[in-house]
Amino acid sequence: MSDPTSTDAVDLPPEVAAVIGQYQYTETGEFPAEQGYIWTSCSSVENGNPLFWDADVAAEITDGPIAPPTMLSVWFRPHNWAPGRTEQALPLQVHFDLKAAFDLPEAVMTDNTIVFHEPVRPGDVLTTRQVLRSVSGPKTTKLGTGRFWVIDVEYLNQRDELVGVESYTGFGYRRDAA
Amino acid sequence: MVLGALATRDWRPMHHDYDFAVNRNGTQDIFLNTPNQAAWFERYVTDWTGPKGRLGRMKFRMKGSVYPKDRMVFTATVEDVSTDDTGCGWVSLLVTLAVDGVTKTDCSVRVALPTAPDDNPWARRGDQWQP
Repeated sequence: MSDPTSTDAVDLPPEVAAVIGQYQYTETGEFPAEQGYIWTSCSSVENGNPLFWDADVAAEITDGPIAPPTMLSVWFRPHNWAPGRTEQALPLQVHFDLKAAFDLPEAVMTDNTIVFHEPVRPGDVLTTRQVLRSVSGPKTTKLGTGRFWVIDVEYLNQRDELVGVESYTGFGYRRDAA
Repeated sequence: MVLGALATRDWRPMHHDYDFAVNRNGTQDIFLNTPNQAAWFERYVTDWTGPKGRLGRMKFRMKGSVYPKDRMVFTATVEDVSTDDTGCGWVSLLVTLAVDGVTKTDCSVRVALPTAPDDNPWARRGDQWQP
């Protein structure tokens, strides 16, 4: 079966083709990774992994405390309110750019993959950047007609080390007339 | 469910506001958010591997929502065991979160495990870590 997200032989608008593979929307998180949030997260799912609770175990195995890998996106989520903020930032802006570029009012995420690299440690401040990997030609599914796209969000720490990549497959579409 | 949403800094109302979830989103109740589901999957996998288990990759396929009072049941199948070119040992798992026998989320997990008593996947850096 062919990859529904493949960009091969797809005729794309120049403004979309130009940004494939390019870093966009580089942003730095509002706060450093911190131990209290690590414990709150572990507590919420009753995760008793001693890496996150026992400093001696963390020193032996991970050379000091680290955050659970799946907290990757936590360190980049903006505060619910902040002084002076006038509008809410949209996460995954490239996704919304594509909806606008193709005039597709609806969208769903069909797959989400997270790849973990260097561990995040308390005190780390993460930077993200978004990369459009591919856009398919027009496709029709049970939801409607539109296009698939794949967007990577790369996370780096303050030492410019890659700590993780989240990859999203989105399907932007217009509902077919009944 | 609310604790999980806030622990992942997900302030969106469909994860803590019943009226918003039902009357705006059209769902039957508030529902578990994706980052908190990821945390549940991590806990399930590392309860099995122990602290030297190091997650390399997780792929989620969401099939349905999890609501308050649902009883989540996690099961897993080992799909592959391998050693990569750097000598890192890997296990591929298919983990399923189900409620009342209905799959809500499938998660493919690639996790590194020690291949010898003195091996530690967490010590791998740079080219020695190929998740």
